[in-house]
Amino acid sequence: MIAKLLKNREILLVVAVVVLLALIALRFPAFVAPFNLARVYNDTSILIILALGQMAVILTRCIDLSMAANLALCGMVAAMLNAAFPGLPIPLIILAAMALGGLLGMINGTLVWKLDIPPIVVTLGTLTIFRGLIFLLTDGKWINAHEMSEAFKALPRLDLAGVPVLSWLSLLMVCVMFLVMSRTPLGRAFYAVGGNPHAAIYTGIDVGRTRFFAYCLSGTLAGLSGYLWVSRYAVAYVDIAAGFELDIIAACVIGGISIAGGIGSVAGAVLGALFLGVIKNALPVINISPFAQMAISGTVIIIAVAVNARAERRKGRVILRKAEAV
Amino acid sequence: MAHAQLSPRNIPDRLEGRGARIMKSWEALLIVVATLIFLGNSFASPYFLDPWNLSDATFNFTEKAMIAFAMALVIISGEIDLSVASIIALASTAMGYAVQLGVDTPALVAIGLGVGLACGALNGLLITGLGLPSIVVTIGTMSLFRGLSFIILGDQAFTGYPESFAWFGQGYVWWVFSFEFTLFVLLAVAYGVLLHKTNFGRAVYAIGNNQTAALFSGVRVARVKFTLFLLTGLMAGLASICLTSRLGSTRPSIALGWELEVVTMVVLGGVNILGGSGTIPGVVLAALIMGMVTFGFGLLNVPGIVMSIFIGLLLISVIALPILWRRARRRLAH
Repeated sequence: MIAKLLKNREILLVVAVVVLLALIALRFPAFVAPFNLARVYNDTSILIILALGQMAVILTRCIDLSMAANLALCGMVAAMLNAAFPGLPIPLIILAAMALGGLLGMINGTLVWKLDIPPIVVTLGTLTIFRGLIFLLTDGKWINAHEMSEAFKALPRLDLAGVPVLSWLSLLMVCVMFLVMSRTPLGRAFYAVGGNPHAAIYTGIDVGRTRFFAYCLSGTLAGLSGYLWVSRYAVAYVDIAAGFELDIIAACVIGGISIAGGIGSVAGAVLGALFLGVIKNALPVINISPFAQMAISGTVIIIAVAVNARAERRKGRVILRKAEAV
Repeated sequence: MAHAQLSPRNIPDRLEGRGARIMKSWEALLIVVATLIFLGNSFASPYFLDPWNLSDATFNFTEKAMIAFAMALVIISGEIDLSVASIIALASTAMGYAVQLGVDTPALVAIGLGVGLACGALNGLLITGLGLPSIVVTIGTMSLFRGLSFIILGDQAFTGYPESFAWFGQGYVWWVFSFEFTLFVLLAVAYGVLLHKTNFGRAVYAIGNNQTAALFSGVRVARVKFTLFLLTGLMAGLASICLTSRLGSTRPSIALGWELEVVTMVVLGGVNILGGSGTIPGVVLAALIMGMVTFGFGLLNVPGIVMSIFIGLLLISVIALPILWRRARRRLAH
């Protein structure tokens, strides 16, 4: 029973997060106060939303390196819309950001689906193109807090039953993604395509189209995150969230989502993001320079992927032992 | 990365003649493109056709091309190394740190190469020793290596490199031929021989085409792959020496985003991103093309980030065009 529980990745992750929190609490008990934990969750919300989108893409054996650039472009467009038309209702701006994000995701998806270009090449390319487009749009200028309307900046902070809207939104996305992954044909198709593309074809699933939808999903979520990021930090410029794509992938890898596709869960992605979020928020508390964060996420990625590989090793019959050793 | 091969492979009854093959090769197309860009640049800017300006232009690509040679071998073997730019940063930081302790040029070079080798060895061990996918491992080490630079340097910079150290990035061997360009030519020849004329090179192709078959034909797959990651690390160390010497300072953000440009260079050179095919002459031509485009844009005062849009478009279209072309031809044939 216990052995079985220990093999469950989500439970292992919960244990890891709890141990991490306990270690921090040993010296700084205030860190684990419910109020502070809620703040840590709120601070991780955007990463959670992005990790959910990346999870869908990775499940289908693809990868989306352009998510952070997509976020930056959509965030910039949202900020520009708000600066140009301060009267525009905020929900409309959010919808516009999500639509643009979805469109950018469709570009990735089309290139992967229709042209069969390897996902890593497509998204490496679109990553630079999206960032460059922001520069072309703005000429390198910043959009600062005073150019944004109050309502634009206030929404993520708005208090609903003691919890900010930002946290509510990420919780909503977690629920939506949980339903999509477990209760819809599309969610099951993500797993099928990643688990065995050939078998997926024989069961009548269009592999390319499923991947296309995964990219649309990750793009839309990146668009939503774009608005959230820009309104939360009240500034938009070319380099916002630069390098954040690595944090997103790190969250997924830590969450046990196999880069080879087909394995992973919503709970894993959320826990992986929370693991990184706790580390990020704890660093200043335990007096480690924030510059160390990058090296720590790198190390955690490597450890996580090594652990994943162990867990996923096939337990089938070994026919040629020597071949297996490589 | 694993790519489902869902259509059967067509094997022709008869190979085309040598001449036809050369004319239709990717390298021939690259030569045409390079010539067109060269002519275009000469007409667009009166400053282009000047030996010293052209010599300056080579600095745009020599450091990246050094890494691209090793990266080409890694990609042909079916792997990828995204950590090269971070290796440059870490090696440069190590050299800068050593300078503060009063270390002189020869030891600095040794440190740069040593750090590169050590980083490559770590990548190689994780990938071949533990059997982990190279794309995730090198995304991890990419953030680890540059993260270490950030820990050491923070928002500071190392300067004060000895004068003799400046030669690697700023010195000239003969007339307009800089040390870096000479090194680029020598390495191009060395890698060309290694890939196209040695057993090791054949093994790289064999692994890229079918790893299992290569293993059963007696190729030491793990050892070859490990060597390839070592080589890439070494080249990143070498590029780090040249770049640091040229800039004369180290910041943790040095060479940020270069992994993308190196991969673009390799893919533009006709190396299949899925492994198994590609040539060094192709990579050399791609390096020249990218260098000339960057230089030409620079002469026309195009900002760097717009060039990066162009590089991104180039990367995608270079892969997409042959696919579209093949499809169009197949449609015409039916």
